[in-house]
Amino acid sequence: MTGNYQKAEGAGGAGGRPPAGDAALTTMTAAQMAKAVADGELSAVELAQAHLDRIELTDVAVRAFLHVAPEAALAAARKVDEERAAGKPLGPLAGVPLVLKDVFTTKDMPTTCGSKILAGWQPPYDSTITKRLRHAGIVILGKSNMDEFAMGSSTENSAFGPSRNPWDLKLIPGGSSGGSSAAVAAYQAPLGIGTDTGGSIRQPAAVCGLVGTKPTYGGNSRYGVVAFASSLDTPGPLARTVLDAALLHEVMSGHDPADSTSLDAPVPPVVAAARNADVAGLTIGVVSELSGEGYETGVLTRFNETVELLESLGAKVQEVSCPHFTYALPAYYLIAPSECSSNLARFDAMRYGLRIGDDGEASAEDVMSMTRAVGFGAEVKRRIMLGTYALSSGYYDAYYGKAQQVRTLIVRDFDQAFEQVDVLVSPTTPTTAFPIGERADDPMAMYLADLCTIPSDLAGNAAISVPCGVAPENGLPVGFQVMAPVLADDRLYRVAAAIETALDQRRGYPLLTQARGLDQIADVTEAGR
Amino acid sequence: MTTTAIKPVPFDLATSKYEPVIGLETHVELGTVTKMFCGTPVTFGAEPNSAVCPVCLGLPGSLPVINKTAIEYTIKIGLALNCSIASWCRFARKNYFYPDMPKNFQISQYDEPLCTDGWLEVEVDGHEFTIGIERVHLEEDTGKSMHVGGATGRIHGADYSLVDYNRAGIPLVEIVTKPIPGTAALAPAVARAYVAELRDLLRSLDVSDVRMEQGSLRCDVNTSIAPIGSPDWGTRTETKNVNSLRSIERAVRSEVERQAGVLDAGGRIVQETRHFQEDTGATTSGRSKEEAQDYRYFPEPDLVPMAPAREWVEEIRASLPELPAARRVRLQAQWGLSDLDMTALRNADALDLVAETVAAGAPAGPARNWWLEELSRRANDAGIELAALAISPAQVARIIELVEQGQLNNKLARVVVDGVLAGEGSPDEVVASRNLAVVTDTSVLAAAVDEAIAANPDIAAKIADGKIAAAGALVGVVMKATKGQADAASVRELILQRCGAGN
Repeated sequence: MTGNYQKAEGAGGAGGRPPAGDAALTTMTAAQMAKAVADGELSAVELAQAHLDRIELTDVAVRAFLHVAPEAALAAARKVDEERAAGKPLGPLAGVPLVLKDVFTTKDMPTTCGSKILAGWQPPYDSTITKRLRHAGIVILGKSNMDEFAMGSSTENSAFGPSRNPWDLKLIPGGSSGGSSAAVAAYQAPLGIGTDTGGSIRQPAAVCGLVGTKPTYGGNSRYGVVAFASSLDTPGPLARTVLDAALLHEVMSGHDPADSTSLDAPVPPVVAAARNADVAGLTIGVVSELSGEGYETGVLTRFNETVELLESLGAKVQEVSCPHFTYALPAYYLIAPSECSSNLARFDAMRYGLRIGDDGEASAEDVMSMTRAVGFGAEVKRRIMLGTYALSSGYYDAYYGKAQQVRTLIVRDFDQAFEQVDVLVSPTTPTTAFPIGERADDPMAMYLADLCTIPSDLAGNAAISVPCGVAPENGLPVGFQVMAPVLADDRLYRVAAAIETALDQRRGYPLLTQARGLDQIADVTEAGR
Repeated sequence: MTTTAIKPVPFDLATSKYEPVIGLETHVELGTVTKMFCGTPVTFGAEPNSAVCPVCLGLPGSLPVINKTAIEYTIKIGLALNCSIASWCRFARKNYFYPDMPKNFQISQYDEPLCTDGWLEVEVDGHEFTIGIERVHLEEDTGKSMHVGGATGRIHGADYSLVDYNRAGIPLVEIVTKPIPGTAALAPAVARAYVAELRDLLRSLDVSDVRMEQGSLRCDVNTSIAPIGSPDWGTRTETKNVNSLRSIERAVRSEVERQAGVLDAGGRIVQETRHFQEDTGATTSGRSKEEAQDYRYFPEPDLVPMAPAREWVEEIRASLPELPAARRVRLQAQWGLSDLDMTALRNADALDLVAETVAAGAPAGPARNWWLEELSRRANDAGIELAALAISPAQVARIIELVEQGQLNNKLARVVVDGVLAGEGSPDEVVASRNLAVVTDTSVLAAAVDEAIAANPDIAAKIADGKIAAAGALVGVVMKATKGQADAASVRELILQRCGAGN
């Protein structure tokens, strides 16, 4: 039954132990799964069960999930199988399993945002994207771990403990969408959904060897996405292949009247672009400010090779200066905390979530204060305080106001750059995955992980991270970032598909098979038996 | 410094030394079908927390979407107040923690209000005042807290609090005046007249039911005083939630008296929020502005800026109805009433009632009289507003008609009013059930007159001798015999006729 599908077995000399037996279903691409379901070669229930088994076997080591929903997943899968049997037309990803970041509301699963303050909260409504996934017949396996309220780059800020990088379980899987990246890299799900506020999709994709897209701001509905920073938060796909990411991108995108910042524009033709791996004639700008000191040698080596690769494929390459990108990080750390200080004010123990100190004597104010003191982690508190300060009267102009001016200048840098080039490129993140605990006590070092991704969040344009090999010195994946103008998301996929195709051909086996963490996962799970 | 022991200065004395400056902030709940940022219906008196949804409850992940009708209503109000309408403006978040605020921030407007710089004319005792309008902006209402236990009904000292979020998210328009100087001893009356005029204006625009007692129109009153002739204004206080026309007048008055007392004693006015006490008519100290919150306003990132198209604004302008001031001029001319009559009608809040009574067919004079005299007295006795009386303008018009036709006399008409107010039905039903019609049957009347003459021959003789004034005594006898249901003029005529003194 599974004989025709490309599997990871026999991947030349890479040492990784891919899932064996029925679990091999989990190494298929989402596109292959959807086709197999549509053709009747594989049932959606079988697929869902294979992934649920894989999760049960491996998540003790990976810890990607905060909530696994076997019953809901199997019910959704059964519905797809029934619809197919009834001859109803299926969507392009019907029957394909997916893991949803725990920041999207789900009426049949808890939504915690990785925070103690929302532990056990069951929303009474589905986010728009949750609804679209269900409508498309996508099977939601469960909710993935994340840095608390999406604040972080490692999942170490989750109140429920960090997730592990399938390339090496001692390493962070990136963040804040690190649960989704870990799950997809560990073959627990072929597709994941994350949100990107400062790089929270692209950085985890980069350090886990995945494709991750931050679509144009407004291209994906934020309704039902628990807000971190409203003007930046952007839902997007994570996948093991460019085409899979594009397929999910297309399903989840589109105008939503319930989100006032949602763009009323057609979804860019991302799937067609992912199938058209041709960069001949495209002008590519290398951002000079996103390189140099602070970047690992291996990251720059693979990045530069990939730029040369694109040139060899017929793209025109030139260097482009975006002078204000240097100020993106400080501007971001004023704007995002300012918005978060207001967005997170609602967690006050009055209506839902954690309540501490309500002994019948304490005032409402005291209960709010105690609950927030206990319920929020250190990083969330740090950002609430930063934002509260930046918005205070007397400081507003110097901090929030100035940061907004910088934001405008960054938009202008992009506008001017895109007058010269079709896309901009840079490393996704300055380093490969770092060890759990290494930066946990050094917020500034942690913040630097988002140095290259933040400009596109501030400007609202589209960006993708696509794997460009492993760093020679440590064998860990390196992400290559492509940035495109607002609503030109399709260009991302054209470039990413070209890179993926060329590198896969050159390598001869899927990148993920080099993930030695998959051995560790097997070791941990065997030890656990 | 404690000010509690300082005695207020009587108002006349206070205003002989000090010049008050007042300002008003009025909140108006708009009468839209749905709330400001979601599709939840706007309701009053529904089961607590039944008219809510994820958006107006501020549940995590929910997002606001602007109600276009609320924008239209706000522009309407702005235009009627002679304001400029912004071609581009934004909502802002006003951040503060309070249990009845679902998100712990209120979506409001800060430095970019929808309407700015207008005016409204009011008249007090023949003096015209042009009240400057600083701004008209749109925001969402909060939920309603009920503090149970404790002496004040406020959160401090309460045993526990209950919150009803039905009101949360109802569109709320805030209308802020510029400071109003130069009103001297008329300050309380001007404050009242402004709110009354504003209320009439909003009612004519049909954008709110403007019920002060239900809280759909709420006022904060700013008051300051300075020695007459002083180039500077005094420090102002803000008296919150003054919720009737009478209270507005009293709040300004008592605050002027209190501040004069403080200044006379060599004290200093503290800039603070004060609470109006309905029972005493005085204000008490709330929190001072020195410990006031920093609202950390910033542009609402969940909403895109508003840019009302000029054509749309002009369409709204063209659709404005006749405004109250113009209507009053027209009605006064049509009704032939004096300035004094019109003022009396407005003060009694009877203008619309009279207009509706006239529209139902009654002449203006009797309509004015009924509402200002008999019916005002009934409302006063019952302690309710005139409009709340259980009698409709159409019913009043019918009673007037019955009197005009001679089917009721004034005394009987008052009995009919009793019946209508008691819920006995329409005027005609009350007349029938209480058997109140004037006796017009001349044979019945003639019999009664003959009886009276027979019983009082000496009086009849006097009348026959030409002492016509004596007829009054016989009229009394007949009226008594007919239990007041006869028309006195007809009876008198009949008596004169029977006694041979008619011609």
